[in-house]
Formats: sequence, C-alpha cells, structure tokens
Amino acid sequence: MTAGAPLQVRVRDIVELAPSLKRFSFEPAHGGLFPTPPAGGHVMLTLRDGARVMKNAYSLVSPPMERARYDIIVRLVAQSRGGSDFLHRKVAPGDVLEMARPVSLFPLASSAKKHLLIGGGIGITPLLSFLPEMKARGARFELHQLATGEEVPVFERLLAPYATGEEIRVHGGGRAAFDLAGLLSRQPLGTHVYVCGPHALMDAVTGTAAALGWPRGKIHKESFGGATGGLPFRAVLRRSGIEVEVGETQTLLEAIEAAGVAAPCLCRGGACGECVTPVIEGEVDHRDDFLSAEEKAGGKVVMTCVSRARGPRLVLDL
Amino acid sequence: MTVQFKPAETFRDTFTYRKSPEDILRFPFPFPEDEYMYSVNIEPHVRGGPTAAFQAAFDIDEHYIAECRERERVLKEDPKRCQVLPHMMAAEWDSLELIMESLAQDYPEHFSLTKAGDLWTWVNRPLNIHQSFTFGKAETLPCGPFEYITRQAQGDFTLQDQRDDNLFVDGGMVTTQADWSLEFDIGMSFHEWHGPVPLAHEKGVFDRALKYLLRLQCGQPVRRLNWTMTVNPRLDTSPENYPVWGPDKASVTPDNVAEKVHLRVELQTLYRLPRSNAILFGIRCYLTSVADIARVPKWRRRLHRVLRDLHPDIAAYKGLPRFRQTVLDYLAPLDDGEPTSKGIAPDTDVLAG
Ligand SMILES: Cc1cc2nc3c(=O)[nH]c(=O)nc-3n(C[C@H](O)[C@H](O)[C@H](O)COP(=O)(O)OP(=O)(O)OC[C@H]3O[C@@H](n4cnc5c(N)ncnc54)[C@H](O)[C@@H]3O)c2cc1C
Ligand code: HEM
Ligand code: FES
Repeated sequence: MTAGAPLQVRVRDIVELAPSLKRFSFEPAHGGLFPTPPAGGHVMLTLRDGARVMKNAYSLVSPPMERARYDIIVRLVAQSRGGSDFLHRKVAPGDVLEMARPVSLFPLASSAKKHLLIGGGIGITPLLSFLPEMKARGARFELHQLATGEEVPVFERLLAPYATGEEIRVHGGGRAAFDLAGLLSRQPLGTHVYVCGPHALMDAVTGTAAALGWPRGKIHKESFGGATGGLPFRAVLRRSGIEVEVGETQTLLEAIEAAGVAAPCLCRGGACGECVTPVIEGEVDHRDDFLSAEEKAGGKVVMTCVSRARGPRLVLDL
Repeated sequence: MTVQFKPAETFRDTFTYRKSPEDILRFPFPFPEDEYMYSVNIEPHVRGGPTAAFQAAFDIDEHYIAECRERERVLKEDPKRCQVLPHMMAAEWDSLELIMESLAQDYPEHFSLTKAGDLWTWVNRPLNIHQSFTFGKAETLPCGPFEYITRQAQGDFTLQDQRDDNLFVDGGMVTTQADWSLEFDIGMSFHEWHGPVPLAHEKGVFDRALKYLLRLQCGQPVRRLNWTMTVNPRLDTSPENYPVWGPDKASVTPDNVAEKVHLRVELQTLYRLPRSNAILFGIRCYLTSVADIARVPKWRRRLHRVLRDLHPDIAAYKGLPRFRQTVLDYLAPLDDGEPTSKGIAPDTDVLAG
C-alpha cells in the first residue's frame, strides 16, 4: 500500500537513438523494484538545473512486467524552458533524480475488438508501452507511426521486437501521403483508435474519425501538452492574498508553486483536470485538452498547468 | 501481529462465530460523528488509521480461515457468485498480482510469493496452499486468476471496467454481501447499480464519487466505510438466499437483541489496476454484535444516537425497521449523554463488562 510519495531513481544508462532522441533507463535508487507501471502511463521527473526547478512528464516505454527499470525516450526540444535540454546535456549515468509515481491518462480499452494506434514523432512513446500489453492480451492491433525521413530507421528499430506478422508500419512520406480517412474507414466495427503526436495530427485523427461516425468513446488521444511559454503576466491569488509574476518560460502552476502555495495538479500537461481553478477576473488563453469548448468560451476556469493569461492580469480563486 | 485463527467457527446454522477482545477493539466502527448521512466519504487508503483494521492493504484477522471455508461452501451451492466477463482478463491478473504482493508484504508469516521471471510460486500457510504457476497463463492455475486469489482473501471483490466516462461492474466474487446480487448487477454502470439507494442520488453523492473514481490513479488507493445491521453473524445475506435469512429479523427479542443483532461494517477499498486500467473494489465485511459494541463506552453512546436519529428512508433501505426499536431500547440506558470525541477510534484499550 503506497501513498503518493515520489520515487528516487538512479540513471542506469543513456542511449542516443538519434541526434535529438535519447533513451534514459532508471532503477530504484535504494534498491527493490518499481511499482507495476500502467500501460500508456507516464512519470513526472523533477529536473533541478541550478536554482531552476522544472517538472516534465515522460511516457514510460518499458513493459508493465518490467519492474527493475523504467525507460523513457526524450526528444530534445530546441526552443523551450530547457527541461529536455537539461536531460540531454547535463544528466549522466549514476545521477539520482526525483520521479513521481507513474499515472495513466491513456489506457488501453479492454472491450476493444481491435486497437488502431497512430503515432507522430515522439508520440510513439506511449504506443511502445501498449505493444507488450496487447501481445499479452492476445489483442488484435495495427500501428502506424509517422516520422521524418531520417528518423524512419530509428522508429523501425524501436518497433522491430513487436513486428512479428503484425500490422506495424512507419511512414516517412509526410502526413499528406498518409491516407488517414482510408485507414479509419476500413477498420472493423468495435475498433478503438489511439493517437499521440503533434496537435495537428491529433486534431486530424479525432476530426476524421468523428466525421466518419466513430463514437467519442472509441477515440483516445494523449497530449504531450502544447507550448507552455508565452508573454509574462501577473496572477492574483485572491484567497491566499498574494500576487505572483508568471515568467515567459514558466507555467502558471510553477509560478504558484514557487510562491509556496500548494496547488492541485497531477499530469501537468492539460489532460487530467486536476488543476482546474476558478477565475474571478481576466481573460484566459486556454491550452489544455480537458475543458470542453463551452467551458473554454465561458472563461470561468483555468487549467493552471498549461494555460495562461491573455492579458497582463489574472485573478484566481485560490 | 500474531493472530490466533479460529478455523472451525461458523457463519450459518450453528453461528459459532465469536470475537476476541483484540478483535473487538480493531473493529472499524463506521461513525465518525453522532449522526449519519450519506456523503462522499472517501479518503486515501494509507497504512495506519484509527484501529488495527487499517494497517494492511487487505486486512486479515482471526476469522480468515473460517471465512475462506464459508466462501467455498457458498460457491459450491451457487457458482454464479463469482463471475468475470471475458474482456476483464488483464484485470484478473492485475488483481492477483496486487493481492498476492500485498498479502506477502503485510503478512510474511502467513504468505509468500517468489518469482523467477514469469514463473511464480505462491505459498499460503494458513490454508496450506503451495502453488506454482506462470503469470499470464490462466491454464496454469486451478481456476481463473481472479477467482483463485479471491478465494484466499477475506471480503468480497468486484472489478470495474472504465469506458465512456463511466464504470461498469464487469466481474466479482460476491459471497458476503449485504443484500445485493452480482448476478443481477453485472454489466451495470455506476448509477445503475446504485439505483436502489435513497437520498444519495439527489444529493449528488454518486455524481461526485464517480468523477473522483474516474481519476483514481495507480498506487494511490482510497477507502470508505459503509454499514448496515444483520441478525446473527451471517456473512451471506444475499437476495438469492432471502428466504433463509429474512425470517431471522422476526426472531429478535429484548432478551436476545444484544447477542443477535450485529453491526455490519464494510471497509471498502478502491485500487486502480495498472495493465487493465480497471478498478478493483474490495468490500471487507466486519460483524460485531451490539453486546460487543456496548463494551466500548464511546461506541455504545454513538451507535445509540445514530440509530435514534437515523433518516427513516435510510433505515428502511437498510432493512432495520423490524428490530431498530428493540436495539434502541437496549442501548438507551447505556447512553449516559456524555459528549463523544470526533472520529471512530474506541478511545480505550480495555473492554468494559
Ligand atoms: C503526458 C505527457 C507525456 C509526455 N511524454 C513525453 C515523451 O515520452 N517524450 C518526450 O520527449 N516528451 C514527452 N512529453 C513532453 C515533455 O513533458 C516536455 O514537454 C518536453 O520534453 C519538452 O520539455 P522542455 O522543458 O524542454 O520544454 P517545454 O518548455 O516544456 O516546451 C514544450 C513546448 O513548448 C514550446 N515552448 C516553450 N517555451 C517556449 C517559448 N518561450 N517560446 C516558444 N516556444 C516555447 C517548445 O518548443 C515545446 O514545443 C510528455 C508530456 C506529457 C504531458
Ligand atoms: C466502484 C465500486 C462500487 C461498487 C461496485 C458499489 C456497489 C454498491 C452496491 C451493489 C450497493 C447496493 C445497492 C443496492 O441496494 O442494490 C451500493 C450501495 C451504496 N454505495 Fe456503492 N459501490 C461502489 C462505490 C461506491 C462509492 C465510491 C461510494 C461513495 C459515495 C458509494 C456509495 C454507496 C452508498 C452510500 C450506498 C448505500 C449503502 C447503504 O446505505 O447501505 N459506492 N454500492
Ligand atoms: S495538472 Fe492535469 S490538467 Fe493540469
């Protein structure tokens, strides 16, 4: 029986898969085994770069049966707050990091007749944790991974262990050459589709599936969160009686935490809904995948982990 | 913790079930206050807590062996008390892993689990079981993985699949239930299976509870307490068996009320499972007679006040009207009107009487 206390993890090894892709393997820093990770689950790493503290989410790519290590694959993002850059350049084998226990917002449906997985770029990571679980269930599936030309062989190597007579394809020809509508229309009844990748791809898949009459409950997406940066603004926390400056490369949630206010959060990626906070005044730039279009238009709440102010000031009931 | 098991006690016919003084004091008394109303009374299921019943993930007590034998009898008479829909196989293995690992960790003197890759060996000393099997291969166990492990655990269990923003009870091992039927409920959604409960729907209790559960995460189990009252220490009060236990209600008299009427508490735990994303719901049933409750001053005062002021719709739903007044007549003289402390702890480590 475990409470939500974070794990201390030691970096076992780091493998460069491509110039901007590295796989990190972690083991429990104090021995023992990790908890069984959820299929499609992710962990949150606390990255301490000098005085800066960043918390980034990464999907686990190791299978649920693997408890001695947790693996993640990180894409180096050029223009960013620097979390991925820190992992790529400053983290070395033997380092100990803090990791929140794995959670899942992207599970495999148990009643699906077939699973159709679509990944774009680094969005392959949660799909990699689905593969061993689908194999264990003896489930029917089909996987399509979109990649830039030079990364095609990288993804093919990652998928190779699972490609025994199954429908696994890596597409290097760009999205235009990928016949999404055709793929979705030839699926048998009872298929569930899962997509993870750039927003444009996720929108295309969910939009096309909906247009073809797929029920909402059979369409699943995992968002890695959009751009977190933006113009600086001031957040007034009415109940706490304090004001915080939200910097250009900082999230609202991070600024609130830095001020010592315990704010609710779970995924830190605009997906779980945990951080929803009432807005008293100010306009919100919604960047989450949790609120409905109506809720966003209503402007009465904000998901602090990803969304920002559209003006200079946001007054929160917090 | 060295429990003395009582393998021969019975929960039907002869009703030889009795509680030791330690077992009375570890009872998860269900009322944190002097009044009771439905609420979303869910909290993290963390070790520790007001009585010893909260010290393990899955609590084992002196009735363990006898309860497993009672379950075996019920299943023999009615195999449909254990059913799991085919799409829940991943959840079956998840449950087996969670329960085996928790029992082995919490009670190393009774249970052990060793693994060599997928080849697992499970030892259950109280039940004298030694089983090697391959994780993920159901044919290497004598029955399905969920049935296998829940036959060796105290309390009922159900499996909920999560889909379309709802939970569906798609499996269960239900032999110690308070008047509900798995055979009837299987496949239902959260609001459907809660259909018969009065007041709580209107108060939004089920809407909020469902929203919360949909977000339940692995490794962060939660719990709640539920209660009712049962005449005789009978575990199997199923609708199917109503003709057997229904008439017991008429047998309560002022002379036998304290021994016959039992406060029935369910320590309910909810676990998100990793492979399947299903929720395992544990319904661990504890029975304590009114006479035993009366040996703890705080508990007897509080039980008297809760029963006296209970909303009539709740009393009717729980099936109490036939004997409630008789219980009240017994408890009233034992309630000195003193204030009670908040929370469920007995506030004593010796029993009166
Ligand atoms: C559930 C979940 C799972 C994830 N799994 C993975 C995974 O498996 N692998 C992986 O590599 N990543 C994953 N991510 C993304 C990851 O958490 C980080 O967002 C990513 O590593 C980039 O981190 P960062 O700190 O370098 O950049 P961040 O600052 O977090 O940048 C995120 C995005 O915002 C843009 N951005 C940020 N600041 C600015 C600015 N000032 N101006 C312009 N653009 C800006 C960046 O270009 C980038 O596209 C996941 C995210 C979530 C929510
Ligand atoms: C997800 C797993 C759960 C299952 C399988 C379950 C099942 C049941 C069942 C079968 C009943 C009896 C209904 C009847 O009369 O037929 C019941 C009653 C009830 N349930 Fe749940 N339940 C679950 C979770 C919860 C949660 C999280 C709450 C939190 C508020 C809750 C609150 C109640 C209440 C208040 C009652 C009435 C009990 C009484 O007065 O005796 N249940 N539940
Ligand atoms: S923390 Fe999950 S949506 Fe913000």
